[in-house]
Amino acid sequence: MRIPCPFCGERDSSEFTYLGEEIRRPAPDQPEAAAEFFQFVYLRKDPAGPHEELWYHERGCCSWLCVRRDTRTHEILAARLARQREPASS
Amino acid sequence: MRHSIFSLFRQATRGHRGWAPTWRDAAPKVAYEAIIVGGGGHGLATAYYLAKVHGMRNVAVLEKSGIGLGNAGRNTTIIRSNYLLPGNIPFYEFSLKLWEGLEQELNYNTMVSQRGVLNLCHSDAQRDAFVRRGNAMRLHGVDAELLDAAAVRRMLPMLDFDNARFPIRGGLLQRRGGTARHDAVVWGYARAASALGVDVVQHCEVTGFLRAGDRVVGVETTRGPIRARRVGLAVAGSTSSLTRLAGLRVPIETHVLQAFVSEALKPLIPGVVTFGAGHFYISQSDKGSLVFGGDLDGYNSHAQRGNLPTVEDVCESGVALMPMLGRVRLLRSWGGLMDMTMDGSPIIDHTPLPGLYLNAGWCYGGFKATPASGWCFARLIAEDEPHEAARAYRLDRFATGHLIDEKGQGAQPNLH
Repeated sequence: MRIPCPFCGERDSSEFTYLGEEIRRPAPDQPEAAAEFFQFVYLRKDPAGPHEELWYHERGCCSWLCVRRDTRTHEILAARLARQREPASS
Repeated sequence: MRHSIFSLFRQATRGHRGWAPTWRDAAPKVAYEAIIVGGGGHGLATAYYLAKVHGMRNVAVLEKSGIGLGNAGRNTTIIRSNYLLPGNIPFYEFSLKLWEGLEQELNYNTMVSQRGVLNLCHSDAQRDAFVRRGNAMRLHGVDAELLDAAAVRRMLPMLDFDNARFPIRGGLLQRRGGTARHDAVVWGYARAASALGVDVVQHCEVTGFLRAGDRVVGVETTRGPIRARRVGLAVAGSTSSLTRLAGLRVPIETHVLQAFVSEALKPLIPGVVTFGAGHFYISQSDKGSLVFGGDLDGYNSHAQRGNLPTVEDVCESGVALMPMLGRVRLLRSWGGLMDMTMDGSPIIDHTPLPGLYLNAGWCYGGFKATPASGWCFARLIAEDEPHEAARAYRLDRFATGHLIDEKGQGAQPNLH
């Protein structure tokens, strides 16, 4: 697997560390925070198909990437810098 | 047909032309009392114990391809019960006891071989942890034996004992652990279940659930709708895909785990050996091949195949433990899909939907659990009550905080 890092170019996946599904941390000061944190910590979409996930380019530019990858084929469909994401809505 | 030395002799004298098919390849009926989705070891064992223990004969096992072609055919065939936590030891010990009588029970040679499972330790701290685990096992009536380095050396002289980084200090041995023949387990359960009237339906993929309000009353399949009062899922590796069809989200990620087999060698390793400084376990099959595996590839995958960095990592661990492995040629490698729960322990429980039962989350330890998983899941489906040994494997334990963190990590530990 090679991941196209927007900063470093296409690099071998062994340079990266995987964090998992891209989920935004819920706000801790809401009334439903406990239930939302349960979902955030434990529940996953885990699709057989395109998956939005976070990778850290540990042995490269040390950027966090949002990667879209097909879990059935390991094909990387897109990669962008996590810091360029839209800010979380909640 | 009952298998015995006499039936074997009779067939041998007649050119082996009289053997009956091992199980009936059934066509699905329109309705059953219970449907088990998933024709692997766990699903077939569940159906067998439903028929045998609970007298429920109107049962079908639905398998999307052929039976035993998923994880039941992709493991490293190790059986053991060397666990630490109270929620786990009784369950896995129950499983090992069922393994010990499985061949008589099924009248089928599942090649259960109690050749011993040895976990190696490489530091004082690790030995202390093994003493604790061994004591926990013995308090639960499980056999455990602490070996010093000299005893390990007598058993396995080819290991790298004086490795500068990870010297071998000893090990925790469970002599009753060992291996079994994975395909024979599937075939044996299918044959025994089929003989009791269970329909083993192959090439029948579940594509949806029939609902009456909240209640699940059957399944949609590629061979038409089938109704049932109870539906059990035993589809580790596809759990999140199937539960999504029922509108549920589960605390499971699917990951790929690779395993390897070498060319055949003369007898070398007497039992199962695990490396304590990396994640590596190895045994030798009866054909002489070394069968070994290591860690997950480390990212969500439904591909049933892994990538090269993990192959390298597993082989590095292997050579660190057994330098002679560097000269051995690999014959094959394969990948299986692991239902990784967030605490590393399985789920045998009701779901929020009445009529739908879940057996899932076996992580990389499903094979050894096959008999007890089937027994406990059958009990849950038939009596609507969890079996005593599987009472801790609740689906809601993640919400209530009653995790069973045997290894202290789940799908991916974020240890970086």
